[in-house]
Amino acid sequence: MNTSDSRRPYVRPMAGWWRRNPFFVEYMIHEATALFVAAYALVLLVGVMRLAQGEAAWNGWLEALRSPASVAFHAALLAAISYHCWTWFRIMPRTMPPLFVGGKRVAPALITACGLAAAVVCSLAVLILVWGATR
Amino acid sequence: MSESRGNGKLIRIEVLRYRPEQDEEPFLQGYEVPFTDDMSVLQGLQYIKDWLDGTLSFRWSCRMAICGSCGMMIDGEPRLACKTFLRDFPAGSVRVEALAHFPIERDLVIRMDDFLAKLESIKPWIIPKEERSLAQGEYLQTPAQLDVYEQFSSCINCLLCYAACPQYGLNPDFVGPGIMALLHRYNADSRDGAAPERMEVAGSEAGVFNCTAVGYCSEVCPKHVDPANAVNQNKTRAAGDYFLRLVTPKGGAR
Repeated sequence: MNTSDSRRPYVRPMAGWWRRNPFFVEYMIHEATALFVAAYALVLLVGVMRLAQGEAAWNGWLEALRSPASVAFHAALLAAISYHCWTWFRIMPRTMPPLFVGGKRVAPALITACGLAAAVVCSLAVLILVWGATR
Repeated sequence: MSESRGNGKLIRIEVLRYRPEQDEEPFLQGYEVPFTDDMSVLQGLQYIKDWLDGTLSFRWSCRMAICGSCGMMIDGEPRLACKTFLRDFPAGSVRVEALAHFPIERDLVIRMDDFLAKLESIKPWIIPKEERSLAQGEYLQTPAQLDVYEQFSSCINCLLCYAACPQYGLNPDFVGPGIMALLHRYNADSRDGAAPERMEVAGSEAGVFNCTAVGYCSEVCPKHVDPANAVNQNKTRAAGDYFLRLVTPKGGAR
């Protein structure tokens, strides 16, 4: 509260702001799933380090990835990153300048759908590539 | 309005009261209000003021969602009281508070000095690229050029987007969604030539990069302005300006 002001305007506290509205809770979940993206980057980074340390280290890393704990962790990563991807593309139309195709404005839902389609296509392409390389 | 209104239906309206001359902090006060299905929350408040408690303070003017005066938190959501109906609260009670993130002047009245100062700072009028005399005729614009900014010109300064923006609540220096929508409305106008001046505000410490794309501002806008889009388009532009400044011979505007 600003006590130097004779009108005594009351300033409400912001503590716990994100629990006040379901929209904010969803936003915080979206932001928190970014940590899972970072976690997966770390997993890959450790793989690169192990590769640099030689064949035994690399094979040890591959073995560790096959453990049930690691598989469960990766399933959680996939779920979190899928959610992050969906919520990210859902807000994408709000972040872009208007897009015109054939003189008509592209609908936000179509922009979101294109983003999601691109993510699915890229994921499948990487999956097929890795599958082919490890056969 | 007469006391006979209501057809027997009652709703409890809980109002966050704050009377600076006697209250240390705001408190909730409940009123039982008879209502009909065509009554807005604003009409409910007017009933309280006329019949139950003349000391209740709130702002309103047009009653038809165009003046932007009656924005308030209704059951925790920023809404226009004139555009929200009492019949839509079937539980029989509704909580009304002053718009979030602004200092409370009194009861449901917020202090908007900060917004007005920011509004002035962006020069919210057309500053022509090239002055035309009356004899030269009007400034022409094609429908496609209009389409680029028309949506942003629908802003009624109701401040619901500010009450929806946690970043503004956490840092009131942030220029905020509504001002950015208005800034963009003029910058994107083909007749205007003052974009570099206004980009000083958008690209400043208090500018667009305070936005973390929560997106709730655009959800609550009663005029479908999409302020989040205005903010984010100007992130790209502010970043472009920053890097262009490094490669332009004169060092750009700053």
